[in-house]
Amino acid sequence: MDGFLRVEKLGKAFAADKPVFSDVSFKLDRGEFVCIIGHSGCGKTTILNVIAGLDTASTGHVFMDGREVAGPSLERGVVFQSHALMPWLTVRKNIAFAVESRWPEKKASQIDEAVRAAVELVGLTAAIDKLPSQLSGGMKQRVGIARAFAIQPKMLLLDEPFGALDALTRGTIQEELISIVRKTQQTVFMITHDVDEAILLADRILLMKNGGETDAGYVPGGVGEVVVNTLPKDRNRRNLHHLDGYYELRNNIVDFLVTRAKH
Amino acid sequence: MNASLFKSLEFRAGLVSLLIFVFILAVWHAATLQSAPAPAPTTPVSAEQAEYDKLMGKSAPAAGETAKTTGFPTLAQMGSTVVKQLSNPFYDNGPNDKGIAIQLAYSLARVGLGFLIACLVAIPLGFVIGMSPLLRRAFDPFIQVLKPISPLAWMPLALYTIKDSSISGVFVIFICSVWPMLLNTAFGVASVKREWLNVASTLEVKPLRKALKVILPAAAPTILTGMRISMGIAWLVIVAAEMLVGGTGIGYFVWNEWNNLSLTNVIFAILVIGVVGMLLDLFFARLQRAVTYVE
Ligand SMILES: Nc1ncnc2c1ncn2[C@@H]1O[C@H](COP(=O)(O)OP(=O)(O)OP(=O)(O)O)[C@@H](O)[C@H]1O
Ligand SMILES: [Mg+2]
Repeated sequence: MDGFLRVEKLGKAFAADKPVFSDVSFKLDRGEFVCIIGHSGCGKTTILNVIAGLDTASTGHVFMDGREVAGPSLERGVVFQSHALMPWLTVRKNIAFAVESRWPEKKASQIDEAVRAAVELVGLTAAIDKLPSQLSGGMKQRVGIARAFAIQPKMLLLDEPFGALDALTRGTIQEELISIVRKTQQTVFMITHDVDEAILLADRILLMKNGGETDAGYVPGGVGEVVVNTLPKDRNRRNLHHLDGYYELRNNIVDFLVTRAKH
Repeated sequence: MNASLFKSLEFRAGLVSLLIFVFILAVWHAATLQSAPAPAPTTPVSAEQAEYDKLMGKSAPAAGETAKTTGFPTLAQMGSTVVKQLSNPFYDNGPNDKGIAIQLAYSLARVGLGFLIACLVAIPLGFVIGMSPLLRRAFDPFIQVLKPISPLAWMPLALYTIKDSSISGVFVIFICSVWPMLLNTAFGVASVKREWLNVASTLEVKPLRKALKVILPAAAPTILTGMRISMGIAWLVIVAAEMLVGGTGIGYFVWNEWNNLSLTNVIFAILVIGVVGMLLDLFFARLQRAVTYVE
């Protein structure tokens, strides 16, 4: 397989002589779930925004399905860290806005049907006519996920979607995400800070290094290591800790973050 | 139920308001009690005093207008004027004698028209300025210089170029209401959250749909604040403008009644201006509440 999403020699410099990262290359196959982990400020959001088409790289290219990514597209659904719901619209209308954008020719009844299906997927049917301000943080994040799924994108980009949630809520939504992704065979690229979350969800985990000063001068950040998740596919939150190989995997990632992530 | 009604803050505040109102009326009544009979001065009056008396209409009572001739009006005189004006608000006895409702309609029409034109100019322009940092900087010096100019300072120029007092009034309203709306629209549009624009981009929303469905509702509370401020200023300015150019309108009514030395009518007009201004503000407050969202 040639790679459904190909990221080639990506680099981004806000200050010309000190690129945040450079030479970042990786591939995602269709249906693959890849997480990226790294310290704050290493450039994860920037990479995701470039893939989404919301930002442009200083060097390098991104290809999806053989075509270069030149701007935002309905083919890539994005779930933002801050849920990014429109506060003046109800849950129904927030999702309907996305559905209308995707299929302008659809009739109102068809749109409503698609909206209700998306809301049901994340278990929020009871709150469908509420405003975002009337929802809890976890519910808002679910609406954001439903909105991204509603447009049936070719791949999903998730920027720390559960960062603001408490551990319990986070666990429930993680499992929901797993089941939705399995059902829909989605290709997912996700940023996280949580090592267990990455091990639970990802088929592969990219570990990012920060840029920094060394004796030889400034060295930009980039993807330092790629970890393939060998744990069985049917892992869940309850059995994760008891699986063979879990601790080696976890220790490896944590060691990287503690000792090898900094230049 | 009843007990809670009496305890409610609103009820108690209303009660205090009523007391203050009664107190004001009482002071008015007491103050005009002594001056109302206004016995003819027995002591020789100075020239200035005589002039003043004349101005106040004391020495030369106009025929049939006795109510106007006794200095500051009493409550009873005031009350009869209010009843008289309100019982026949639509009469029209020629250019200098029209009912209060007709004069009010002239003023509201000018304010409405000037305000509407200001909206049509300020909101699209504010949108463009708010979206383009380049245009924002390019327009800034003009706005900064034009904004602090008293709208009445434009009057001579307007009268000279437009040559019509009524349209000049509309122009003055336009020029005073355009700035708050323009600045607020530009500010509201410029501070629409990046994340909502990103959502629109990832959904490939077309520019016009983005403007109407994302930016407009996001900036609507700020835009309406600007409109509310503009309307407040417009209502302040129309009275002064109409006093200046004359002809029709509530401002002209005040000036005309002052020339007629009818203080009761002047006071009545002042009250009407206040009440209408309050209603206009309430209307925009309603609108503002309708578009405000909680994040
Ligand atoms: N607009 C910008 N101008 C200048 N520097 C920027 C800009 N945006 C991001 N940066 C810098 O680029 C680096 C990477 O930012 P980015 O948001 O991608 O980090 P991140 O890995 O997502 O961090 P976090 O985990 O905290 O979200 C940071 O050091 C930040 O200071
Ligand atoms: Mg980030």
